[in-house]
Amino acid sequence: MTTSTLPGGAAPSLDERLKRANPLVKALRRPEVGAGVAAILIFIFFSVVTDSFLTPAGVSTWLYSASLYGIMAVAVALLMIGGEFDLSAGAMTGTTGLMVGVLTTWYGLSVWVALIIALAFALGIGFFNGIIVMKTGLPSFIVTLGTFFILQGINLAVTKLITGQVAIQGMTNVPGYSGVKAIFGESIGFGSSGFHLETAVIWWVVITIIATVVLMRTRAGNWIFAVGGQLQSARQTGVPVNRTKIGLFMTTAGCGWLVGMLSLFDVGTVQATTGIGDEFIYIICAVVGGCLLTGGFGSAAGAAIGALIYGMTLQGIVFAQWDNNWLKAFLGAMLLLAVLINLYVRRQAGGRE
Amino acid sequence: MNENEEVADERVLEKALSRDSAPPEAGAAGTVPGSELLTDAVDMSIVGEPAILEVRDIGKTYGSIIALKGVSASVSASEVLCVLGDNGAGKSTFIKILAGAHDYSSGALLVDGVKRHFSSPRAALDAGVATVYQDLAVVPLMPVWRNFFLGSELSSAGMLKVRQMKAITKQELGKMGIDLRDVDQPIGTLSGGERQSVAIARAVYFGARVVILDEPTSALGVKQAGVVLKYIARARDNGLGVVFITHNPHHAYPVGDRFLLLKRGVSLGLYDKSEIAIDELTGLMAGGAELEALAHELARA
Repeated sequence: MTTSTLPGGAAPSLDERLKRANPLVKALRRPEVGAGVAAILIFIFFSVVTDSFLTPAGVSTWLYSASLYGIMAVAVALLMIGGEFDLSAGAMTGTTGLMVGVLTTWYGLSVWVALIIALAFALGIGFFNGIIVMKTGLPSFIVTLGTFFILQGINLAVTKLITGQVAIQGMTNVPGYSGVKAIFGESIGFGSSGFHLETAVIWWVVITIIATVVLMRTRAGNWIFAVGGQLQSARQTGVPVNRTKIGLFMTTAGCGWLVGMLSLFDVGTVQATTGIGDEFIYIICAVVGGCLLTGGFGSAAGAAIGALIYGMTLQGIVFAQWDNNWLKAFLGAMLLLAVLINLYVRRQAGGRE
Repeated sequence: MNENEEVADERVLEKALSRDSAPPEAGAAGTVPGSELLTDAVDMSIVGEPAILEVRDIGKTYGSIIALKGVSASVSASEVLCVLGDNGAGKSTFIKILAGAHDYSSGALLVDGVKRHFSSPRAALDAGVATVYQDLAVVPLMPVWRNFFLGSELSSAGMLKVRQMKAITKQELGKMGIDLRDVDQPIGTLSGGERQSVAIARAVYFGARVVILDEPTSALGVKQAGVVLKYIARARDNGLGVVFITHNPHHAYPVGDRFLLLKRGVSLGLYDKSEIAIDELTGLMAGGAELEALAHELARA
């Protein structure tokens, strides 16, 4: 890539050896731009090669698919910008769903109470992840890998122990189910068009907007960038480092709860293996959306677009009736491409370190 | 009267100390002139106008280790005090005391003539003493304006006042003579000298009257170091007291008003610029006699 070495005439006070970034690099410096371009290309591609991709029903399908990953990808992106990982995020969606399922169908607890208990549990795990990482200084990769396996094991073992099965059944008969479904699992139809909007999509959009506002327009957002970008500097300038990072772990876990509820109340059942393996998809969506693996850079909107790419590809491959193993290969290629672009951006932006 | 007695005491202690801790070959050359010059240092601090920050006979021990002993100096508004010393001279200890990171064990630290003990860096900041460390406490990938306000962001009803913060950043950097086209660019794209001055401007904006600069030029090339010296002079002209810590007399001399020389934790003296030439400064710092001895040794080899 060539970069202009002409001295910028309008900035006389800048060191003349400090080259101006070219417009392409400047655009790519916005974390979501690359992903946005990729999303448009993929959208056009599947619209052309399949018949059902662009139909109202088709759009509903891939939007819903993207939304569940999107909510988590946004939360994981915030955490990654803050310089940490959470591998337990996928298993958390299963754990919270199973908890509510077991508490209501097996112990007859009110569905609202069960929801709150599951949320408290999720936030507790998030807090635990955060406090362990901050107090020990261990990499969050290792700590949350531990939590991931604990949750994965518990999900299967406890569900089998209590219910004798590996899935929750009879959710729909639980009193209050339809009331909660209106919040988490409703599908709003739009006449005869065939387009139906799942509440999950609304949640996804709302969460992406909230996350973007927090990140770009609040003190907490500034602190998230700082703790991920240069922890020591953040400390020295008085940023509440521990509070920020623990809050991020709790946010991710809380979103895990939300996604757990969204999938539980959409289909009325949950498998004990729900969410296993998804933690990497969240990270991939965030990275494709422009988050740096090393922290300090990225955007919530980018992660949402990353999830959109995933959702479109996932369903597009189904619509095209291809072998869906292509999805994995595609995902890997997207990830590598995104990481290469990120690397280039980082060299441009922070290369003087 | 009292003052003189104390000084005499210090000298005795000083000699005792040098016998204990200094390696025999350097002991005589290094400490004897140091203890004589100490008298001057104390006198200066008494005569000087009301200083913002002053240390009198300050010392610090870590357990049985004496890191700093009997150092006196002061800095007033629009004045640059250079603290010079080789590695292990006690510069870091001196900074830590001024910055509030460590409390002192003996002597006194005065802010506006009132004796103070800083319990934390925050307390030092509240007293108007800000420290800019070598790593500058900036986040390279974050925009300049976000770095400028990091940890002290302006907000109302939970929302950042972005426009106002950008305007202030631009204006405060302008005072330092930096005209950035875009305060939204990542601070990592600025040159080392510019980043240094952003850190200084930040300290000033947040109420610093004295800025302590920890080796601001040591990691920079000749040209960038010159840029930083220019900003130091600019900060001084804006009425700031500057404590400039360095091991390079060539950086200190052009910008300094007074020079405090440290060696092995003791003061080799506090000099006005009019009292000392750069050659003497360099000689004192490097331990002129030692250098000469070294030159002889090398010549023979």
